[in-house]
Amino acid sequence: MSPDGSAVRTIPYGPRAALIDLGDGSDPAALAAALRARLGEGVTIVPAARTVLVDGLDAELVAAHVDQLGAAPRMAASAGGETITIAVDYDGPDLAWTAARCGMSVEEVVAAHTAPTYVCAFCGFAPGFAYLSGLDPRLVVPRREAPRTSVPSGSVAIAAEHTAIYPRSTPGGWRLIGRSDAVMWDLERGSRPALVEPGDRVRFVAR
Amino acid sequence: MTSLTVLATGPLATVQDLGRRGWAHVGVGSSGAADVPAHRLANRLVGNPPDAATIEITLGGFACRCSAATLVAVTGAPCTISVDRGLPLAVGQAAALGAGTTLRLGTPPTGLRSYLAVRGGVDAIAVLGSRSTDTLSGIGPPPLRAGDLLMVGPEPGTPVPTDLAPPAPPLDVVRVWPGPRLDWFEPTAASTLVTSAWTLGADSDRVGARLAGTVLTRARREELPSEGLVAGAIQVPPDGRPVVMLADHPVTGGYPVIAVVDPDDLWSVAQARPGDVLRFKWRRGLHAAAPQSR
Repeated sequence: MSPDGSAVRTIPYGPRAALIDLGDGSDPAALAAALRARLGEGVTIVPAARTVLVDGLDAELVAAHVDQLGAAPRMAASAGGETITIAVDYDGPDLAWTAARCGMSVEEVVAAHTAPTYVCAFCGFAPGFAYLSGLDPRLVVPRREAPRTSVPSGSVAIAAEHTAIYPRSTPGGWRLIGRSDAVMWDLERGSRPALVEPGDRVRFVAR
Repeated sequence: MTSLTVLATGPLATVQDLGRRGWAHVGVGSSGAADVPAHRLANRLVGNPPDAATIEITLGGFACRCSAATLVAVTGAPCTISVDRGLPLAVGQAAALGAGTTLRLGTPPTGLRSYLAVRGGVDAIAVLGSRSTDTLSGIGPPPLRAGDLLMVGPEPGTPVPTDLAPPAPPLDVVRVWPGPRLDWFEPTAASTLVTSAWTLGADSDRVGARLAGTVLTRARREELPSEGLVAGAIQVPPDGRPVVMLADHPVTGGYPVIAVVDPDDLWSVAQARPGDVLRFKWRRGLHAAAPQSR
């Protein structure tokens, strides 16, 4: 059981994969790390906001592993990783909209966005796209109904309970509140092409 | 060292192998050949290992000249294959080409993607462990252009096979399994999925096969937190038009997955061309309970 009492479900995802739905309150990154240690390199493991995907093993075997691991890895907080500080120009096209939507001034939005130390919960959507958790609950806003066809590279954005920086110019549905020069993805960086990996911490500073 | 000079590419020609594994945690998708069995067969016909890189050719039109004597094979969508010296080649059969021979593929009358294997493999630069072109992220070699010079890998030292493999016709019906978010949809959606005729949209690509048909209605309207995707997952965005995830699908997505194409049938979706009609059937009873963890 997860801490809030909801059942952890292992859902078949085709014949050779499973989606572990942790509900609220459990740490997908910790479970993913524990499964990776058990299952090795032949299986693809993708932690996300509330789930862990295991691609390459059928659901019954995945469920057996999850049962054997028990509650401990689901409750352990991720430790280690680096802390990265990112300078932001808070002048995004959705900054005023966000302030109005949240009933705050623009200055209050910037203060609320720069206060926390965020943790990269997982990456997805694009190489180097790090979903950062720890967003001030006052700044939780929905995605746009229709994504922009092109979001500038380096855009600092928020949607639902996460904040992120777009690594390159792609379509995007998040609310854009600023821009940074941080290079989120660089293949020239060798073994660590992503600037922010799961477990790393991030702070934003206004410039 | 043997090389291929690209003379023409058709609408899209990319280098593909069996994909990029082990980088999902930083958002890098697996990519790789869209029709995996056709890619594997092309390699087998020339005596390559299965993970050698081939050229994936969309709607034919590819042409190249080989610098030295080489063995090639084309599988997948049945293009005509002409050479400037000798008789036309057949899809599904290895053929020896003399030095300087020009090979030219026509437009296939059916199917979408053909695979050209050369003995030794296409020796493009590997990025993060794979030579595949990921058209979503841009990782890997850029799409091929006329004038490109492709190096061919060394002689593999394997026996030269004498297989002949006629092209497989596309499947009449594609098998699907229940998706992890089937319960996010109205009960009628499950039967709509397998009774509708789905038309492949012209906006389909290596990322996904976009289908038009009866709108699939959601029962739950809230946002789904992003979660991992597998190839073959059938995602349904707010407009109700399903998308089948193909080789260049993103690692995560926030639209509910109603069903998953059986991995052994996904090649048939990858061979559908715009305007083709797809049909699905459930691979397994809807009433099979998901395994529960304590």
